[in-house]
Amino acid sequence: MVLWLIFAAMMAAAVFAVVWPLGHKPSLGGGSDRLVYQDQLAEIDRDRADGLIGEAEAESARIEISRRLLAAADAEAAAATPASSALWRRRVAALTAIVVVPAVALGFYLRLGSPDVPDQSAFARINNAPGHQSIDSLVSQVEAHLASNPNDGAGWEVLAPVYLRMGRADDAVAAWRKAIALNGESPARQSALGEALVAAANGVVTDEAKQAFQKSIAGDPHDAKAGYYLGLADEQDGNSAAAAAKWRALLAQAPPDAPWAGFVREALARVTAAPAADIGPKTGPETGAATDAATGPAASDVAAAASMNETQRTAMIRGMVQHLADRLHADGSDIEGWLRLVRSYAVLGDRDKAKDAAADAKRALSDHPDEIKRIDDLVKDLGLAG
Amino acid sequence: MIPELGHFALMLALGLALVQGIMPIVGTRSNDPVLMSIAGPAALAQFAFVAMAFTALAVSYVTSDFSVLNVYENSNTQMPLIYRLTSIWGNHEGSMMLWVSILTFFGALVAAFGTNLPVVLKANALAVQAWIAAAFELFILMTSNPFVRIPNAPFEGQDLNPILQDPGLAFHPPMLYLGYVGFSISFSFAIAALIEGRIDAAWARWVRPWVLGAWMCLTLGIAGGSYWAYYELGWGGFWFWDPVENASLMPWLAGTALLHSAVVMEKRGALKIWTILLAILTFSLSLIGTFLVRSGVLTSVHAFAVDPRRGIFILGILVVFIGGALALYAWRAPLLKQGGLFAPISREGALVFNNLFLTTACATVLVGTLYPLALEALTGAKISVGPPFFDLTFGPLFIPLMAVMPFGPLMGWKRGDLLGAAQRLLAAAMLAALATAAAFALEHGGPMMAPFGVGVAVFVMAGAVTDIAERTLVLRLPLRAALRRALGLPRSAWGTTFAHFGIGVTLMGIVGVTAWGSERIAEIKPGASLDIAHYRVTFDGTFDRAGSNYRDVVGRFTVHRLNGELIGNMQPSRRAFPDRNMATTEAALMSRGVNQLYISIGDPNKDGSVPVRLYFKPYVLMIWLGAGIMFVGGALSLSDRRLRVGAPRPAKARARGVPQPAE
Repeated sequence: MVLWLIFAAMMAAAVFAVVWPLGHKPSLGGGSDRLVYQDQLAEIDRDRADGLIGEAEAESARIEISRRLLAAADAEAAAATPASSALWRRRVAALTAIVVVPAVALGFYLRLGSPDVPDQSAFARINNAPGHQSIDSLVSQVEAHLASNPNDGAGWEVLAPVYLRMGRADDAVAAWRKAIALNGESPARQSALGEALVAAANGVVTDEAKQAFQKSIAGDPHDAKAGYYLGLADEQDGNSAAAAAKWRALLAQAPPDAPWAGFVREALARVTAAPAADIGPKTGPETGAATDAATGPAASDVAAAASMNETQRTAMIRGMVQHLADRLHADGSDIEGWLRLVRSYAVLGDRDKAKDAAADAKRALSDHPDEIKRIDDLVKDLGLAG
Repeated sequence: MIPELGHFALMLALGLALVQGIMPIVGTRSNDPVLMSIAGPAALAQFAFVAMAFTALAVSYVTSDFSVLNVYENSNTQMPLIYRLTSIWGNHEGSMMLWVSILTFFGALVAAFGTNLPVVLKANALAVQAWIAAAFELFILMTSNPFVRIPNAPFEGQDLNPILQDPGLAFHPPMLYLGYVGFSISFSFAIAALIEGRIDAAWARWVRPWVLGAWMCLTLGIAGGSYWAYYELGWGGFWFWDPVENASLMPWLAGTALLHSAVVMEKRGALKIWTILLAILTFSLSLIGTFLVRSGVLTSVHAFAVDPRRGIFILGILVVFIGGALALYAWRAPLLKQGGLFAPISREGALVFNNLFLTTACATVLVGTLYPLALEALTGAKISVGPPFFDLTFGPLFIPLMAVMPFGPLMGWKRGDLLGAAQRLLAAAMLAALATAAAFALEHGGPMMAPFGVGVAVFVMAGAVTDIAERTLVLRLPLRAALRRALGLPRSAWGTTFAHFGIGVTLMGIVGVTAWGSERIAEIKPGASLDIAHYRVTFDGTFDRAGSNYRDVVGRFTVHRLNGELIGNMQPSRRAFPDRNMATTEAALMSRGVNQLYISIGDPNKDGSVPVRLYFKPYVLMIWLGAGIMFVGGALSLSDRRLRVGAPRPAKARARGVPQPAE
């Protein structure tokens, strides 16, 4: 609203600038060639007095300029039809100005202007509440900073968990490795790296991840994250008893208000009691984005997978992925499902299928540009682009 | 809100330009002084709104408002404030804004300070100026809008092209544009004269300050661009006959011709129609220059296809303005009254000679610039018209011009005395011969012609001094009297002397550096040294240095004389810009008098050695020093508000067959 008021004021000023002279008698000043020649004649006398030109030259110059002066005076007299200003002409002019100037400006502005877009100076953007700011922009800010200061360990440490939350597990792994290399090993960093590795492996505690957790627990026997994941590793290996033992120990030493206690208890219940069919396989408190509860493999499947050998396990996972693919091809509106499918193919090393799935997803979600962008981002993150 | 206000202000300026382009003309056709008087306030208001738009854009750049697409694409919060400001015109859209800002600024100047102008001429000229402004404002809004917004501003901008992150960019484009666009005023006056169908000697007086001002800015702009290319591109060259450079040289040549023919017109009432044509051509060449640089034709003919609308739009502007102006000229010029007559051997004759050679040189450059483009467009063949072409064509045109230049100011108006002038130049000629001989004796190597080039340069400088010595009679009168005469001389006479002297200085620099410059190219390890001219340059090693948005790998070099005396050290660097993934070469320069040592380095190798280009550039600073002197000459002349009278030499009894007195 303020904007349009200012526009109105600007238009008024612009119109005023051209209409105002119409209401006034113009000052009939201005130069003429006659004046210039008169000045030139005076100049000759000055030059002569200063001795810059000789008398003979001054005389012939005077003759020439006098001729021009006469001609100019004649022309002026001949052209001196009295200047007149018809009232109707002034009115038409004023009306034209009042119509044309705002019409041109408004006509263009309505086509080209963006009155609703707020200013976003760097200052304003930084002072915006973080909630108003897209995570992407924050991340890219930190990334830019790290690109020019790659040795800023603290920066990597800030960025890594954000990557994990965004589902960029591989980036999180790389970031934690850098943080460890720069800031040194610590139990907390090792367990965080392990967690990222698990997320990158779609919830499977790989040997690499296990090593990270073991290093962590070696440094700090009370590290809850490491304790939980090592238990999960046992569970995935089919050793429910070992898993249960680890988790019980974890709960025994837990401070009374530990936020993760309930979560571990749930896991404990899963391995000790008969597995409840509907319990989601949450692989970790912080990896929600990496695996998705609603469409994740059932816990029983995970348990089953843990007891199989490598070939069988792969076959089972492929089966589950195929199942997901079939479901999505029947009903393609589930964005989380698509993301999961693309990521799964990528994790399985099947780049072509991952690309196909991404293409299918984009086709199915063609009406939702935001979601297509998420697909694109994922494709980029997974290095599938190009 | 600020970008939107700027956007709207630009649109209002367009509306005002349309009114300013039509009403005053209606006024002059119907002899209505009230309608004519709209032109002034409209021009001032139009400038105010364009300035507001430019300021809004500047504010967006300074505050890094990336909701403005143009800012996002060309700026970055990491850049120092000065480059955030200069990046306004470091891109297409912003530089067009600068163009229009300067155009309307000149219009406003005419409106505010043109009080000595006849009302009709002023109204018509401002109307023509408004047409040009309207065309370019429309161009900006339709194809090159810097106020396009992005709803969700990205967090970081894309940075300015690193090559342009240099103080040179703060200075060079605005100067160049002041020159280019300044010639729009003489164009507008020429068209106004054609519309009115009346032109006389007084016209030249009214146009003179505008031509001079534009010429001065263009001179500095070209020199600045040349110096910038010299130190920033890392090749040590000061002029490449690159089409972009030629685009600025052509208006300068035509403008220089215009400057001289306008003098003839003002003082003698002759060459009127020719002057009008030159005024049209000069600005047309500015437009062509803008077109060549801004349409993308230059990088490749095919760049047209990238954004054809821009190229075609500017082409349209070109056709309408140049074609329209020339058509108007063809129609109206025969109606204008011819000017006075003069003998071929006279000041006028010398100035015609000057015009002839300058315009021919200009045509040569035009052909050399456009022919390869036309050929590529028509046949797809890529040819390169480089220095050999221009050395063969431009040089032979310019050297005689230089050689004849000192004669001009020494000859009388209307009928001159060639022999007398030659006698007075005898001392200068002897000095030139001496300089030639000295050059042969002292300098070794270089082309055979080089000492003669030195001779011409010295002749030009000595000729300029001779002229002022003749006027002040410094050799014949006592010093005090001569000094009084010198103070009494019109400043424009001093202006001529300075400008002509400056040309000689520049010529000297060009000849010296091209003939006797030397270079060494090598990969050297720390501790090793290279000898060049009479200097020994030792490489001490490299170190890293961080800047605001770049990182430097700096090479440290120590310079000694060959006899071992330490002179100083030089630190050229390779500058990497991570945001653009680009690197630039920052050469190090060391001035010794008017000579320079020049070092640029490449990326260091793994074994610690670096590729080094080492140049010795004798006389090189004289090139730009000369341009500075020319600028001072122009400023002296501009500050001289006295009337100009070319008092003719009276015919002597023995002079037979000379033309009749003027008019």
